[in-house]
Amino acid sequence: MKLKHEVFEKHSLVLTVGILVTVAIGGLVEIAPLFYLESTVEKVEGVRPYSPLELKGRDIYIREGCYNCHSQMVRPLRDEVERYGPYSLAAESMYDHPFQWGSKRTGPDLARVGGRYSNEWHVAHMVRPKSVVPESIMPGYPHLLEYRLKIDDIQEELETYVALGVPYDEAMVENARQDLIAQSNPDHEGALAIEERYPKAVVADFDGNPDIVTEMDALVAYLQMLGTLVDFQAYDASENLR
Amino acid sequence: MASKDQVGRKSAGNPLLLGFLGIGALLGLFVAAEAKDGVMEFHGFLFVAAALIGVFALIGKAFDEPEGALVDRGEGVTYMDGPIRAGVIASMFWAIIGLLAGVFIAWQLVFPELNLDLPWTTFGRLRPVHTSAVIFAFGGNVLICTSFHVVQRTCKARLWGGAAGWFVFWGYNLFIVIAASGYILGVTQSKEYAEPEWYADLWLTLVWVVYLLVFLGTLWKRKEPHIYVANWFYLAFIVTIAMLHIVNNLALPISFFGTKSVQAFSGVQDALTQWWYGHNAVGFFLTAGFLAIMYYYVPKRAERPVYSYRLSIVHFWSLIFLYIWAGPHHLHWTALPDWAQTLGMVFSVMLWMPSWGGMINGLMTLSGAWDKLRTDPIIRMFVLAIAFYGMSTFEGPVMSIKAVNSLSHYTDWTIGHVHSGALGWVGMISFAALYYLTPVMWGRQQLYSLKLVNWHFWIATIGILLYITAMWVSGIMQGLMWRAYDALGFLEYSFIETVEAMHPFYAIRAIGGLLYLAGALIMAYNLWRTVRGDVAEEAAPALQPAVRQPTPAE
Repeated sequence: MKLKHEVFEKHSLVLTVGILVTVAIGGLVEIAPLFYLESTVEKVEGVRPYSPLELKGRDIYIREGCYNCHSQMVRPLRDEVERYGPYSLAAESMYDHPFQWGSKRTGPDLARVGGRYSNEWHVAHMVRPKSVVPESIMPGYPHLLEYRLKIDDIQEELETYVALGVPYDEAMVENARQDLIAQSNPDHEGALAIEERYPKAVVADFDGNPDIVTEMDALVAYLQMLGTLVDFQAYDASENLR
Repeated sequence: MASKDQVGRKSAGNPLLLGFLGIGALLGLFVAAEAKDGVMEFHGFLFVAAALIGVFALIGKAFDEPEGALVDRGEGVTYMDGPIRAGVIASMFWAIIGLLAGVFIAWQLVFPELNLDLPWTTFGRLRPVHTSAVIFAFGGNVLICTSFHVVQRTCKARLWGGAAGWFVFWGYNLFIVIAASGYILGVTQSKEYAEPEWYADLWLTLVWVVYLLVFLGTLWKRKEPHIYVANWFYLAFIVTIAMLHIVNNLALPISFFGTKSVQAFSGVQDALTQWWYGHNAVGFFLTAGFLAIMYYYVPKRAERPVYSYRLSIVHFWSLIFLYIWAGPHHLHWTALPDWAQTLGMVFSVMLWMPSWGGMINGLMTLSGAWDKLRTDPIIRMFVLAIAFYGMSTFEGPVMSIKAVNSLSHYTDWTIGHVHSGALGWVGMISFAALYYLTPVMWGRQQLYSLKLVNWHFWIATIGILLYITAMWVSGIMQGLMWRAYDALGFLEYSFIETVEAMHPFYAIRAIGGLLYLAGALIMAYNLWRTVRGDVAEEAAPALQPAVRQPTPAE
């Protein structure tokens, strides 16, 4: 053994290459197949890319580090399915660049939070969490109500997603700015097109201030769609009984 | 003479570096002028400032050690110790910043009012500041400065690349400042322990390549035929971190002049790539690198050879081979395919063996020197670190078993596990190495005070114990509460009830962290006095030898 190992000990480049080969194997075997095995992400009806407003809301979710305390992954365990809803499917995060599954639940899982609370509840909760959940230890985000959402680059952002394979079509990219504004204002002329382009997107004046699109609008729009895209009512478990 | 030779050679690369810094300054200015958001503008100017300071330092020959200062150890080699001394200071500085951030966010969980309702001070933005500051700023500086020390001493060669060693030090610390200021201002790509955005990642890649070249270059110049075992571990750490960093950070910026980018991968693939990275940041940054420290400094301090050469070989290759596979255990019961989860679990359990191989090799190196445990608090710190390494590398495989993980995942148990490794293993072995290194680097006979080292040891140990026991209790309790059912078959607790139950344990944890921080402050004082050349008047070594002393009455 000593004799053979001398090769590594006496030649730094051989050692470097030896290390690189040794550490490359695990990743190649575990990660590479995920990109070509079709069963990794099974196709599910209803999953669509984020609407521009939801996408901006997701950017705020990321910016504020929400993933540090909230997971977005319901595990197939009895208590989780009963607490949060149907367990998460791989397809539901297929347009998440990057994923937001999280690693810690200092607060509850958010994978299926969409539609659970009213927009007003979310706004009150963000401004002062204790106002609706007295025992909460979550920070307050009152400034989200005041900050105007930065929307100049929404078209470029969608184009970047397209470059990475997210299927936004031409109309979606072209109308990104209008869609973004319209989703936060039900009276907007473009509001009807939202539902067409992004089925199940919630169109509402989320923060109660119709004059400007705030960061709060975007964040609540994002939270209200989480986990709502797939229709689990259509799934009949008894069909699987053999 | 040799030293003149060295002086001539080490300046040779400087014009190259000067040109590079000039281009860097211009690029930074260009980006700052065109920037699409405030943070990019700020970081552009930060880059310009750093490059200009670098230019002036080079012109002023700040990095050329005066000939008299070159230390000749009687081995015919003049070592380059400047970046190592800077690294010791930076390590201590970042340790305090990182621990302070950790203590602050720990108290935020006890008293949420401490989030202050400001965008910059919420837990969500400060937690990455804490993790990056302790792992990358403190840990990284310890690794860079000890690797520069070990590779020169064990190769009997001067650090390769002249001012490149300084570039690695300052470049790396610039990366830390860009990363941390970015988090506070809301710039993050949300991948844990890989939060910095694309431009910071590119900068780190450049610094890291230079680091690899400096390290390899020094190995090539070595006067010893064999590469010492500590250097294998350092090399594995540098090479693997490069691979992980590049793959996990593949992203497309929305604009060259903006901070925001979109990750290349999504969903399942992105999740496993991230935890392949994340777990091996633990495996190669926090384990392999610090095992290198163990392999040099423990034998040095104990004045004993490494226990088993054969064990070093076996555990080195098996450790680096197996670690890479363990990532999926962070994704048990998720939408990741089952086959990948099972592979991750099996390899995580197997990983227990090479980990304990390293622990045994470290502990048994003290064979015949165990008496020093009583007299030398630095040896005691090394032993405590290795013991914590053994404990957390046993706990890890246990938690990677899917049945256990269904309880432990998403709870504080994970946080406790990480901290028994981070505070116990990484922190303690770094402190011990810095206690050893400081007198050596500043040419002092001894530390200012061994008594203070002893105080540090005990305060930190009590802090760790409070921390991890609080997290065990809160984690297991919360996991059990989440899955508790009442007699009628309903979930017994609402989520918020489980949050309320955490309160006392969060307080105990924060106190534990505070004690650990207090230990580090004592250390900073001790090292500062050591650098000044002071020696405390202490009656005797920290503890009396075991030999029974006759009392005066006899």
